[in-house]
Amino acid sequence: MNFQFENFQDFIHMSGHGSFVWACYLITLLTIIALLIIPGQQKKSLRQQMQRQQRIDRVEPNHL
Amino acid sequence: MNWQWFHRLGSPRWFYEKTSRWSPWLGIVTLTLLVVGTVWGLGYAPIDSKQGNSYRIIYIHVPSAFLALAGYYVMAIAGAVGLIWKMKLSYMVMKSAAPIGAALTFLALVTGAIWGKPTWGTWWVWDARITSMLILFFLYLGVIALQGAYQFQDLSNKSSAILSLVGMINIPIIYKSVDWWFTLHQPATLKLTGGSSIDPSMAYPLLVMIAGFYCLYAWLLMFWTRQEILQHEQKTSWVKDEVLRG
Repeated sequence: MNFQFENFQDFIHMSGHGSFVWACYLITLLTIIALLIIPGQQKKSLRQQMQRQQRIDRVEPNHL
Repeated sequence: MNWQWFHRLGSPRWFYEKTSRWSPWLGIVTLTLLVVGTVWGLGYAPIDSKQGNSYRIIYIHVPSAFLALAGYYVMAIAGAVGLIWKMKLSYMVMKSAAPIGAALTFLALVTGAIWGKPTWGTWWVWDARITSMLILFFLYLGVIALQGAYQFQDLSNKSSAILSLVGMINIPIIYKSVDWWFTLHQPATLKLTGGSSIDPSMAYPLLVMIAGFYCLYAWLLMFWTRQEILQHEQKTSWVKDEVLRG
């Protein structure tokens, strides 16, 4: 099994198809990163919401 | 028969605690497979005699299309389990499967369009395979939209589950579309039985990528479902401890 390209330039260019191939891989990478980040962001905002609630409860313990 | 495992599986807390331990391992396996498959597919698989280097898009196009379909089964089955056994966790899986499936279908469509340009000379054709994939994308979006459409979570869950079950009809159409209708899309490359139309030197990295995408799907679904559990059970003390701990 050999590396199929002469050099790095050749690898990027991919005999003219480089922009298509690399665009696909870039879009995929970005999509996967977004899918990995979103749940963490949601957890963070849930934490902030809970902390806010905790502060309210401390100041007015029987406000409900 | 002992059904205890089934009831335990339905407990969000049990699921959350178990997956805390599994998730990092699954992440390592996923990333290893994806990195190996990508390097192999991009750099070491031989060049295609007809399509040149553009065919290297296959290493993400086919796996994401595979998982877009497999993910639909996951979503519909989770919805059915929720309808039949009223299992809370099952609905959370269904809800989490929708955005992941939509993203994978989007990837399959976009990479297909980009691959189509140098190969067919056009970004888009309204043929059976591509149109039925677009319908799949809309079905996923429909489930996401229904989740936010009702004031009561229970109603949203039931209607999402019914929509995903009705949408199942689209899945065999997508599979068979390349055989039933005249289309630009090439027929299935990999076959379980009989000869595949791809050389092993090109097929091995593809199999690695498909395995990687399956793991990625499982990992993401676990991730999203865990967050869904926190959101849904936020009034319970264990979730409060878990979220505030950081």
